[in-house]
Amino acid sequence: MRSTLVSLLVSFGLAASPATASGQVSDFKLDNGLEVVVIEDHRAPVVVHMVWYRTGAADEPPGKSGIAHFLEHLMFKGTDDLGPGEISRIVEANGGSDNAFTSQDYTAYFQRVAADRLGLMMEMEADRMRDLVLAPEDIATERDVILEERATRTDSDPGALFREEMRAALFRNHPYGLPVIGWRAEMAGLSRADALDFYRRFYAPNNAILIVAGDVDPGEVRNLAEKTYGPLAPSAGLAPRLRPQEPPSRAERRVVMEDERVAQPYLVRSYLAPERDPGAQKEAAALVFLADLLGGSGATSVLGQALQFDSQIAVYTSASYVTTSLDDSTFSLVVVPTDGVSLTDAEAALDDEIARFIETGPDPAAFERLKMQIRAAEIYALDDVGDLADRYGRALTSGLTIADVQAWPDVLQAVTVDDVTAAAKRVFDRRAAVTGWLMPAGEEPAK
Amino acid sequence: MKHFTATLFIFLIAALPLRAEVDIQEISSPGGLNAWLVEEHAIPFVALELRFRGGASLDAPGKRGEINLMTALIEEGAGDLDARGFAEAREALAASFRFDVSDDYLSVSAKFLTENRDEAVALLREALVNPRFDETAIERVRAQVVSHLKSRETDPNALAAKEFDRIAFGDHPYGSYFGGTLESVTALTRDDIVDAFARTIARDRVYIAAVGDITAEELGALLDGLLGDLPPTGTPMPGPVAFGATGGITVVPFDTPQSVAQFGQPGVKVGTPEFFPAFILNTILGGSGFNSRLMEEVREKRGLTYGIRTYLIDSDYSESIIGLVSTVNSRMAETVDVVRAEWARIAESGVTQDELDAAKLYLTGAYPLRFDGNGPIARILVNMQMEGYPTSYVKTRNAKIEAVTLEVINRVAGELYRPEALRFVIVGQPEGIDSTD
Repeated sequence: MRSTLVSLLVSFGLAASPATASGQVSDFKLDNGLEVVVIEDHRAPVVVHMVWYRTGAADEPPGKSGIAHFLEHLMFKGTDDLGPGEISRIVEANGGSDNAFTSQDYTAYFQRVAADRLGLMMEMEADRMRDLVLAPEDIATERDVILEERATRTDSDPGALFREEMRAALFRNHPYGLPVIGWRAEMAGLSRADALDFYRRFYAPNNAILIVAGDVDPGEVRNLAEKTYGPLAPSAGLAPRLRPQEPPSRAERRVVMEDERVAQPYLVRSYLAPERDPGAQKEAAALVFLADLLGGSGATSVLGQALQFDSQIAVYTSASYVTTSLDDSTFSLVVVPTDGVSLTDAEAALDDEIARFIETGPDPAAFERLKMQIRAAEIYALDDVGDLADRYGRALTSGLTIADVQAWPDVLQAVTVDDVTAAAKRVFDRRAAVTGWLMPAGEEPAK
Repeated sequence: MKHFTATLFIFLIAALPLRAEVDIQEISSPGGLNAWLVEEHAIPFVALELRFRGGASLDAPGKRGEINLMTALIEEGAGDLDARGFAEAREALAASFRFDVSDDYLSVSAKFLTENRDEAVALLREALVNPRFDETAIERVRAQVVSHLKSRETDPNALAAKEFDRIAFGDHPYGSYFGGTLESVTALTRDDIVDAFARTIARDRVYIAAVGDITAEELGALLDGLLGDLPPTGTPMPGPVAFGATGGITVVPFDTPQSVAQFGQPGVKVGTPEFFPAFILNTILGGSGFNSRLMEEVREKRGLTYGIRTYLIDSDYSESIIGLVSTVNSRMAETVDVVRAEWARIAESGVTQDELDAAKLYLTGAYPLRFDGNGPIARILVNMQMEGYPTSYVKTRNAKIEAVTLEVINRVAGELYRPEALRFVIVGQPEGIDSTD
């Protein structure tokens, strides 16, 4: 078992006294391949127990979009030992809450309970890792639920439909172009056999990460893990996660979507961007700075200052970058124009600012302020042990190692002004980008 | 897995003695400000939560949205600093200040590091004592609010809430959206904003909690510096309003594949003998989690929705029970029938001993889990002060839940739930449903 204090506290001399330390991290591996990460926080008698599977929507077979997420719902339907809904009922009877989430790269299940209930949570989660039981009658009802979920979260929201179109245009070959929830027509055809095939292929201790965060002792967690997860058989023949990759980008793409429910038009520009890679996180760290400097805060960012303060072109601007992803990531810019400003003019203003930034680079004072904020974020993060657990879960299901997670704050602090300018030059390539306009129906797409 | 049941039994037995372990100090500053403090020196920062009672309900007549706009402007320049200068100063300190407003209070949520606490608090003081309300900032933020109000005009959830509140609360501030309307917000002047600030931000209505790396003495001095120069009094609070919606259905036609429904009826007040029984009843009928009666009937058995939930709402000036659900247009009629049937079932037959026991286990077990982190604890403490609870409430609250008997809860169920009084506001194109009035 290795044990390391979250690195920033050490490097900045802010470590709390050992008796009250938060954020102590240990890790070990069971013989069946299950990786375990323990994050200690002894301030409250609470624990977060999570199992992350290295499988998500981007690992689905062709034509079965949505099966990873559908299976996530069906995982609450019971096992050989537990009836439908019983896991959630037992969690609630113990005062806890539970849920699950699915992304392109991972599927995760978690409970938040009093720390002395950890063993019970591990027992139930281990049970459904290998012994899921699906009654045929549960399939049709739960498929209705996910279709309703799609209706609520996507079909009723033109912004969500627009994001789907944007991703489909940005990723031409990689399954990241498909929505996690699935295309409606394919969701409607998902069967019990589809769910069980996916389950048997991917749900196994050697394809999972157990994260326990809170008021726990790592030795006790190891004992409980060996008793509950230890007896589970690993899957043989788990293939490396090689998805179809993006070919070279030669042509910029444009998406124009009209919808009667849109009251406020806006534009989004999304670029393909590199993600954090094992042992190679420098470029991603520079892109974190780039996103914040360009569009982090309305009052001080480059886009906010230029488009919201110096000119009244926009009511809102932002820049965002997704750091953690198994394959290619995205860097996105949003401009919501002021009433009376066309999307054409707003887009031109955006491109002017990008060009100017590449020319002049970051303002050194803004850069230093951001560095201070990123350092402080590591201190504030210790207040939320669930958030720390998320960091490890996302990273370890996206090809990164525990060492990468612990090195990340230092990699961020080592970024220079020149690194940011160089990263901007590389990422802002219109041939690897989609520009989308979302507009009210019938509005002139002014030229 | 063989021994599941035996293990489960052991864990349930262990479930009882848990309670929140926070040590709350009540302090008075030298200048006479009262606050609750939890010292937590493990991480070098402080979470400070301030709430000014009244909030957006103190909007002047005809000026709906002025306190919302004012709140968004507090951080847009103060003292010698314009909006950008203020933001730069805050970012250089890595402090965070959030200003939020709702119908019952205006809140300030601040986090700052121990290493530069004095500078961070001095900066926050400038915002609370010397906000500039520059004309350029007003126009910029007004445009953001207008954009948000326009988006609400095509948001089914916002449309449902707007119509429901209008029917339930009429001319009272609760009867309209606190962000205002396009007309009211467009007409606001700088004088309105300055006036709104003076009416809302005052010492006679502030509630204070701090959690983190600070001592009682340090906090007292901090608060006197931060709030000592605020005016002693603000404007009077509005009066109470009865929940005025009657039973029936209101359909708001809107072109969308899925209808959204908000439904509700009169509720109960915190502090009355009926409150804890009603709180447990709401958990059983439609509270959080996957195991409420409505989730079971509407989602698990019939697949009608992704989620359905009910809320026991005790605002400062009114009480209600509110529910939310969405479903495809073709199945909304069935959903309404199921909700009404469940309302009638709990009113007529109450709940079972098993349901009561399970809800008690859940609620008493979940309570200590809320106290996880400096910011969440500060918000709980300030809430308790506004509700009028003593600091000891964190240790006695679970006993109040445990004390509710089956006889009492079922009497309250019969009095509280009135299926004939349920008002549904449905936004969409629900098939086979028409407005009843």
